[in-house]
Amino acid sequence: MVTGLINENPIIYPKKERRVRTDSNNTDEFAAEPIDQLEIFDILSLDIKDPEHPYSLEELKVITEDSVEVDDETSHVRVTFTPTMEHCSMATIIGLCVRVKLMRSLPPRYKIDIRVAPGSHATEDALNKQLNDKERVAAALENPNLVEMVDECLLPSDE
Amino acid sequence: MELMDTNLGLVEVQKLEGHTDRVWSVAWNPAGDGVLASCSGDQAVRIWEQSELSRSWTCKAVLEDVHTRTVRSCAWSPSGKLLATSSFDGTTCVWQNFDSTDPEGMKAKSKVYHGMHLVHCLQHACGKDKSVWIWEILPKNKFDCAAVLSGHRQDVKMVQWHPTMDVLFSCSYDNTIKVWLSEDEYDGYNCVQTLSESNNGHSSTVWAISFNAAGDRMVTCSDDLIVKI
Repeated sequence: MVTGLINENPIIYPKKERRVRTDSNNTDEFAAEPIDQLEIFDILSLDIKDPEHPYSLEELKVITEDSVEVDDETSHVRVTFTPTMEHCSMATIIGLCVRVKLMRSLPPRYKIDIRVAPGSHATEDALNKQLNDKERVAAALENPNLVEMVDECLLPSDE
Repeated sequence: MELMDTNLGLVEVQKLEGHTDRVWSVAWNPAGDGVLASCSGDQAVRIWEQSELSRSWTCKAVLEDVHTRTVRSCAWSPSGKLLATSSFDGTTCVWQNFDSTDPEGMKAKSKVYHGMHLVHCLQHACGKDKSVWIWEILPKNKFDCAAVLSGHRQDVKMVQWHPTMDVLFSCSYDNTIKVWLSEDEYDGYNCVQTLSESNNGHSSTVWAISFNAAGDRMVTCSDDLIVKI
């Protein structure tokens, strides 16, 4: 049995400086603003911790701003994440966390696709297929142990 | 009939609200117009009826507190008198409407335990344990497992009987569609054909199969974004 972490020495990247959003013209709180890439990246990067280390996915460069593709008009978002190691067995948990976080943050009309960056994981195809199978995801989310792990990763970090 | 002149298109007639979670499947009662069953992640099944006068739909019964997890699918028996529902909790329930004038009288007639995670459809069940189970209804509300069919390499997503022939089709996360039939009474069911990528099948999870009434056409849809007929 392997004891110890999958990735003992992760590389930590500096957090990106946040762009100031210039929408001072829009004072109507109820106007629906189209959801854009930066907003989704913020949602994902701030609040998801890596399952093994107390760092956010952004700090480990698992997700970057460019890894989010969103089209508000068709209500479609695709997140491509890069596990820190090619044989990372936490990849399914990370993918599930990303999906749950998006499901909880976006309007229900959104279709969410999650995948690993091409070439970044040994079992890329199998992983992608599993992460996007709605039935498997639903069944997984009814598994209390998995839900507990996901909730752990999604705990708000104290900044 | 001037079919070509009419403007064919789908128009939403009514929105049926009541479920508190995703609705996974619906099934029309084959016995007559106006009855629909829906099953949901909220662990309940709802029966909807269309009023003859106003043509509007109302929820006539909520079948709950029986399944303990998402109800994944529901299907009516050909007579329309029985409804089978299957759930992630590993069971299939068969429901009967005891009093046809009182739709609230739908009760779980019997509960069959499979020991798998996902279970499907009337008189056959497929599941995350990669097998397909065929059940027979015996007198006095008993069910007997007639056969367990193994062969798929991954979870079985759906099964469907051919409308006229005694042939069973199953489709799976393993990208294939399998055809099962029983050559003779004693032999049991065997997989006689597997439709996979190499013989014009799909290249990803096959989610559903359906037949036209005549049974000479079958349609399948898949995660590979293709619908095949």
